[in-house]
Amino acid sequence: MADKPFVHPYIPNSVPAVKEAMLHELGLSSVEEIYAEIPDRLRFKGRLDIPEPILAERDLRRHVQGLLDKNTSAVEFLNFCGAGCWQHHVPSVVDEVINRAEFVSAYCGGDYSDLGKYLTRFEFNSMLGELVDFDVVANPIYDWGDVAGRSFRMARRITGRDKVLVPSSVSPMRLMEMRTLCQPESMANSTKIRFYEWDRETGMVDTDDLKAKLDDSVAAVYWENPSYLGTIEAHGAEIVKLAHEHGALAIAGVDPITLGVLAPPGALGADIACGDIQPLGMHMHAGGGCSGFIAFRDDPLFAQECPLELYTVMETATPGQYAVGEALPDRTSYGSRDQGKDWVGTASGLWTIAAAVYMAVMGPQGFKEVGETCVARSHYAAKLLGEIPGVQVKLSPGFFKEFVVGFDGTGKTVAEVHKKLLGHRIFGGKDLSADFPELGQSALYCVTEYYGKAEIERLASAVKEVTA
Amino acid sequence: MTETPQDKVARLARLRRDGGVLRDYRSPRYDEPFIMEQGTPGERGILVPLAEEDVTKAVGEAADYIPEGMSRAAAPVLPEMSQYQVLRHYLRYSQMTLGMDLGSDISEGTCTMKYSPKMHEELIRGHKAADLHPWQDEDTMQGLLEIVFDTGQYLKSISGMDAFSLQPGGGSHAVYTNACVMRRHFEAKGELDQRNEMITTIFSHPCDAATPMVAGFKVITVMPDENGYPDLEAFKAAVSERTVGCMITNPEDTGIYNPQIDKYVEVLHDAGALAFTDQANANGILGFARARDAGFDACHFNLHKTFSSPHGCEGPATGAYMCTDELAKYLPVPVVAKVGDRYHLDYDRPESIGRVRGFLGNWMGVIRAYAWIRTMGPEGLKEVAEISVLNNNYLDNLLMAIKGVSRPYAEGHRRLDQVRYSLEQLKEDTGVGTEALRDRMVDFGIQSYWMSHHPWVVPEPFTPEPCETYSRVDLDEWAAVIKKGIDEAYADAEFVLDSPHAQPIDQMRRTEAMEDPGQWAFTWRAYKKKILGKK
Repeated sequence: MADKPFVHPYIPNSVPAVKEAMLHELGLSSVEEIYAEIPDRLRFKGRLDIPEPILAERDLRRHVQGLLDKNTSAVEFLNFCGAGCWQHHVPSVVDEVINRAEFVSAYCGGDYSDLGKYLTRFEFNSMLGELVDFDVVANPIYDWGDVAGRSFRMARRITGRDKVLVPSSVSPMRLMEMRTLCQPESMANSTKIRFYEWDRETGMVDTDDLKAKLDDSVAAVYWENPSYLGTIEAHGAEIVKLAHEHGALAIAGVDPITLGVLAPPGALGADIACGDIQPLGMHMHAGGGCSGFIAFRDDPLFAQECPLELYTVMETATPGQYAVGEALPDRTSYGSRDQGKDWVGTASGLWTIAAAVYMAVMGPQGFKEVGETCVARSHYAAKLLGEIPGVQVKLSPGFFKEFVVGFDGTGKTVAEVHKKLLGHRIFGGKDLSADFPELGQSALYCVTEYYGKAEIERLASAVKEVTA
Repeated sequence: MTETPQDKVARLARLRRDGGVLRDYRSPRYDEPFIMEQGTPGERGILVPLAEEDVTKAVGEAADYIPEGMSRAAAPVLPEMSQYQVLRHYLRYSQMTLGMDLGSDISEGTCTMKYSPKMHEELIRGHKAADLHPWQDEDTMQGLLEIVFDTGQYLKSISGMDAFSLQPGGGSHAVYTNACVMRRHFEAKGELDQRNEMITTIFSHPCDAATPMVAGFKVITVMPDENGYPDLEAFKAAVSERTVGCMITNPEDTGIYNPQIDKYVEVLHDAGALAFTDQANANGILGFARARDAGFDACHFNLHKTFSSPHGCEGPATGAYMCTDELAKYLPVPVVAKVGDRYHLDYDRPESIGRVRGFLGNWMGVIRAYAWIRTMGPEGLKEVAEISVLNNNYLDNLLMAIKGVSRPYAEGHRRLDQVRYSLEQLKEDTGVGTEALRDRMVDFGIQSYWMSHHPWVVPEPFTPEPCETYSRVDLDEWAAVIKKGIDEAYADAEFVLDSPHAQPIDQMRRTEAMEDPGQWAFTWRAYKKKILGKK
């Protein structure tokens, strides 16, 4: 192909005659004359170690699809993994909207030309605000672990204190992200993460231990509802009360799809809520469907210290006609570089559009029903699994969609059980044995509205067979 | 009879039919109420599965499992709307969004708004990509891991680096990853007490300053001289035994290639510090210059810019972090490795920084980048760079012929992939500045241009980036739109200052809400309480 000009359908001006005419207009004989700006010693003169191109779209499609076809999807197998990324039904209308070329291809266009994007963003914030019961929802960023860490930093700036209390049942993965954001403790401005215990019987937080650990140096108390281990936390209001008694903020990490049936963090008195919007209409994309949100009360101090973009609605020159603008722009890194609050960047905009459509089609009744179905079907799965000899469902019976299944009584490891389940076309839950050795050979199983009775029974009979 | 504003807009725009390249464009204007104001109690947008009777019989009601005080008391105030009405609402919003696919987005410089091939969308929407769980057994994700691993190899070749992570969920996130990697490096060496300063330049992206701050460093920002980049001596003066490293761009937003870049790196290395280059915009140098060859220890790419993944209303995005063998041990976990012919997620990396993101990353962007690199091949990537650079210089030629436009710095030097222009002269002459022109240009169906990150070092800036996607006709049209707006400014400044005139809404005037706690409303419920409640 070296002797033929490279005219690619994505590069119109690679047509030799066009290229030549453009060069001619610039008085140049070759683009090399422009590249003379790069000193010769810095020029790469080798050949990139990249395969020869697959030029025809049909051939490229076949090649890449061929690679993807080596994967086994959670549509082909039954999937009972959750642990931070959950398989809920994605309404087709959600995909229809987010696959619109205008939305897929938009970026940081202007207030007018990309108005629809900004209006959708405001509606997303508004509807999520209703779910979490807060008047302020900031523009989401990477994922739950990231926004939890940012909430800690925000609490540190608001309170001037540098310690955050986190339940030791927190997701180890989220904890790693938090730690990265909180800096090594030897650094002058680090935020110190300290743990309070969880009740090994119920899975809820240990409020006595929280009381013991709380003092006036604590910036914030963080808890999750449901917990990483699936338990619905009954002590939310008490955690808030304890935190406030010491002048600390109460930060709730929540899974928003639970909020049709569970009390929202705003109503529990939390100061800040954070969590992941992935359950609200995102495919899992091997975790790429995640996107983290932060919400809080309409308090100017909180708004000033929020690291993420805030969008306000406002009337245009025509009364009753609305526009959306970025509020307090000097606060972010785009406004003030290293003098801003943390940083913002391109993260997960399309997912907020998906979540807006999702919340709009679900409505209050949809959220109530999906919550009730998750609770009922996950308990049905727990009941069937718990009836299998040697298999034990652990912790409190109050869970939403995830629960801990122990395999110690079967004499098999989680890894062994799950390898065998693959033979039954089933992905077992997240193996907890390394992260939570106190739970023995246990796994976190997730059952949402996605699977019905028949699939749950298929899981139970497969587990029974492979543990026998 | 006096001419109405609408007539005037039509008259001024009617240039295409007269043999010009400008369009008589009208954005859709639907006068669409917020979805929170729509619907009727009882309407449903979707029905969800309900627990089967046998299930309920076996386990009872959901409410039985919710601890006291933890049930939701009042239902969330969400729309109650049928599905078609919801779809129609958001399709109207999509139509009031120009996006790149419609908007000839030469405008958003620093963003590399290139064509994102539609075939790639089909690839990532299929269940073999979209419906994978991140914790499913890695044996069942070998295809995805192969794509990620191979993409990493290609990016290594393009950058000259030795190792990669595709975990960061965006360009700024990859830049943050670098700040954490450098932090870990000096922590491991026991030098974190001594070294706490990161150096950047004012024309580098704001995240090159903000993310090292988040990592705990003091940030030193070096200013350009008349060449558009810091003089080597000025850069040297910022480096000391306290220096962690630098995080800088080249070319910066100005499009000027800094020919001394390797000298900066030498200065840093001599001081025991590290050097990172932000290559969010690598379009102009693909196959022509590599970060490693200039001595850098690390760099990054935005797969949603240079490598064709779409921008998606600001994400999901993918940052590719690249580094040397020396820094590889600090990469976030898991690292994608190849053992024999099997791909593996390696978590056993005791010196890792930990994580910057949950799970694996936004690998939709990796699948697209893989497909794009494979359809370009080594020669094609160089062609991308060449045409981007040619397009930019062609557009520059057109823009610099327009009265009121100037191009600060580095007189006599050509720019690579983009240019930061100034409309200072136009502002002085007419009172029309860059913001007003930006709001006027959209009336011609062209996306509004990127002005500059803050602070505006260049007065009244704008920054187009005509990457390889755009044809000569597109470039001519874009320049003609700028010329038209500027001609209008000289003839009738008020008309331009009142822009836009053909958009889905009228001019936003009441911008006090952006700063005033009494007026801002970040959700509809806040607006109802604070504003509507008082009316």
